[in-house]
Amino acid sequence: MKQLLSGNEAVARGAFEAGVKMAVGYPGTPSTEILETMAVRHRSVYSQWSPNEKVAFEVGIGASIGGARALVTMKHVGLNVAADPLMTFAYTGVNGGFVVVSADDPEMHSSQNEQDNRIFARFANIPFLEPADSQESKDMLVAAYEISERYDTPVMLRMTTRISHTLGIVELGEPVNLKERKFVKSPEKYVMIPSNARVRHVVVAERLKELAKYSEVTPFNRVESNGSNIGIISGGVAYQYAKEVAPRFDYFKIGFGYPLPLDAIRKFVEQHERVLVVEELEPVFEDQIKAAGIWVEGKKFFGALGELSPSRVAQGLKDAGLIDEVVKPEITQEELFPRPPVLCPGCPHRGAFMALKKLGVAVTGDIGCYTLGVLKPLNSLDTCICMGASIGNAIGMEKVKGSEKGTVAVIGDSTFFHSGITGLLDAVYNQSNVTVIILDNRATAMTGGQEHPGTGHTLMGDPVGRVDLHELVQALGVKNFEVVDAYDYDATLACIKRQMETPGPSVIVTNRPCVLMPKRIMDEPYVIDAELCNACSACFRISCPAIAASHETNEHGSPKAIIDETLCTGCTLCAQICPTEAIVLKSQFVKV
Amino acid sequence: MTKQAYDILIVGVGGQGVLLASEIISEVAMHAGLDVKKSEIHGMSQRGGVVTSHVRIGPKVYSPTIQQGEVDILMGFEKAEALRFAGWMKAAGTVIVSHTTLVPAIVTSTKGLHYPEDAIDDLKKKIHNVIDVEADKIAAELGNPRLVNTILIGVLSNLLPFDEKLWTDTIKSQVKEKFVAVNLQAFARGRSIHLAAVSP
Ligand code: SF4
Ligand code: SF4
Ligand code: SF4
Repeated sequence: MKQLLSGNEAVARGAFEAGVKMAVGYPGTPSTEILETMAVRHRSVYSQWSPNEKVAFEVGIGASIGGARALVTMKHVGLNVAADPLMTFAYTGVNGGFVVVSADDPEMHSSQNEQDNRIFARFANIPFLEPADSQESKDMLVAAYEISERYDTPVMLRMTTRISHTLGIVELGEPVNLKERKFVKSPEKYVMIPSNARVRHVVVAERLKELAKYSEVTPFNRVESNGSNIGIISGGVAYQYAKEVAPRFDYFKIGFGYPLPLDAIRKFVEQHERVLVVEELEPVFEDQIKAAGIWVEGKKFFGALGELSPSRVAQGLKDAGLIDEVVKPEITQEELFPRPPVLCPGCPHRGAFMALKKLGVAVTGDIGCYTLGVLKPLNSLDTCICMGASIGNAIGMEKVKGSEKGTVAVIGDSTFFHSGITGLLDAVYNQSNVTVIILDNRATAMTGGQEHPGTGHTLMGDPVGRVDLHELVQALGVKNFEVVDAYDYDATLACIKRQMETPGPSVIVTNRPCVLMPKRIMDEPYVIDAELCNACSACFRISCPAIAASHETNEHGSPKAIIDETLCTGCTLCAQICPTEAIVLKSQFVKV
Repeated sequence: MTKQAYDILIVGVGGQGVLLASEIISEVAMHAGLDVKKSEIHGMSQRGGVVTSHVRIGPKVYSPTIQQGEVDILMGFEKAEALRFAGWMKAAGTVIVSHTTLVPAIVTSTKGLHYPEDAIDDLKKKIHNVIDVEADKIAAELGNPRLVNTILIGVLSNLLPFDEKLWTDTIKSQVKEKFVAVNLQAFARGRSIHLAAVSP
């Protein structure tokens, strides 16, 4: 049967067909839909969100050593968090097959960097497979488990945003019939004390040689001959772009990317007058091929920054003198106003940011919807590095500032559970005066509202107890703790001020849920009395998408404000800051 | 219409249903026996940012995205966004654009930024085939502003060589049951829109 599946849905389907027993990860664009699909469509597989990628990876390792096939999913930066277990798991090898999906984000559509995780596979000495469409996403995942078990190694499936989020036609298969594996005690394999690890490192080196032989013969690495004297070596989505703009060249398509099939590549290069490597981001293939003494070209024509596209590949081929013309747009592109993402109308983070802006203090930020607080007109974040960094950043800043005003860290609930807890522990241990605001919106909102230890539900929908932030924070040794309603602007402002003046680490929890999750929250909307509005623009500066400029103006020609009732959630914030009290509940507005 | 390959770019603002619309078109194309790829960027853009979805239909599709300058049909769920992506069109292509106007907060709070109220006239100056549809009004009439996408799909269905039944069956399978009837109405309204602007 044929079905339209995104790359991520195809990976989930592949896991089902491969007889995976455990699927685990942490949400992160563009990887999130893999586990979401597992939980909805493939419920026979046990699936869970872990608090972070390192834990997810370790859970997957446990499942593998226990004898089951395990799937672990994360975005590219998530693999940084899980790098520690990855590097050593490469030594021990697996029992049940183990695949980690790394969903990279070239162009940083929703990420803080665009690292190329093909390098991670080399770094860890494990093989990676790289699909170029949805069908391959499924097929390669199934094959990855066979490779993992045959060669006793964890395997990486490297996806990118364009593969994860592209829908394509997939021919579905039947689930495989697996022989059951049992856990077998084997400390010399699984306990990496130095004496065992030294032995295993030798095994890793031997295994790479075997994998290199496999790389030469696997059908995932193949030559597509069109009788051309120009050759292209490519993989992943870059292969599709090249095929699109230059279908007549010969291709060496790489699907099994590490170790590279260098003998086959050498032969391919010898048979062609000129060979170009077309790859996105880093020159991972090109450098290895050149290091083997094989002459190819590539990066100098295509660049190493950002996402490729058919146009960029065409331009690169033209610069290399291989094609004559590239499509030039016939219609000029308009330069229009920007439309950046913004906090939703009624977002619970808005109140805290309004207060922080007013206070004008240094604010260390973190990864989540609230990172949008950096944008105009809220302008209230000073740092954003990686998951959980806000608290550590704040400790460092505060320690070097001396008697100056304190530093505030903002962090979401999901991010706090992910990697904020240890930062807070540091603040307590090293007696930092930081004020930490946990923006508790009861969801992993940025990636679509996934469950986490504080929501009361698991990925598969089972109800569980919620972690109590107060108890948790108290147990870490924090004495100053307050809960505040982020929709109460004055109270929020006063609370932050108070806690900044209190010596020692403080934690403030804002307790309004995300207005989108799990159900859209809408209260009675507010309206603006145009008679009372003096066009002071205070309400524009809180960046609520429900507030717009009206066609009415004041005597100086400044626009008065108007509220879109279908968008307004009734959060009350704009009404609290309007100096003329022009913003009133719809039911209380009486036209005179 | 004998053509077999179409590059369709759908643009709008987060929350307008761009992704659902592109999914429906892709399903129809697959059931009509063609290869299809649909690629979009979401994530950050869900929060009121720009959303674009590329749908490529043909006997064999490689790239998941369309080359700039190669779009056959541009579907704009918001008029300024349609104008923003006009540069992706072939000059001989067709634009289907809703009169929907969504002015972002940044424009109201920043001096020097303005919203192009005359976006549709501008489009008509650049591109010969522009079908402008008061989809926002029709959707409001039908009782749900979110129907803009289905109305535009109705208009689009006139330009593609697929059976009407394929469209309606797909809509039935893709939308929640309680919204099926009103979506079919919206589709029919779009499909009945006069296509005088399109050259044969
Ligand atoms: S999704 Fe939720 S947390 Fe994120 S911006 Fe919207 S309301 Fe705020
Ligand atoms: S804050 Fe009040 S007075 Fe000022 S522009 Fe907004 S509605 Fe008008
Ligand atoms: S009450 Fe004001 S700030 Fe809150 S959602 Fe409505 S318009 Fe926006």
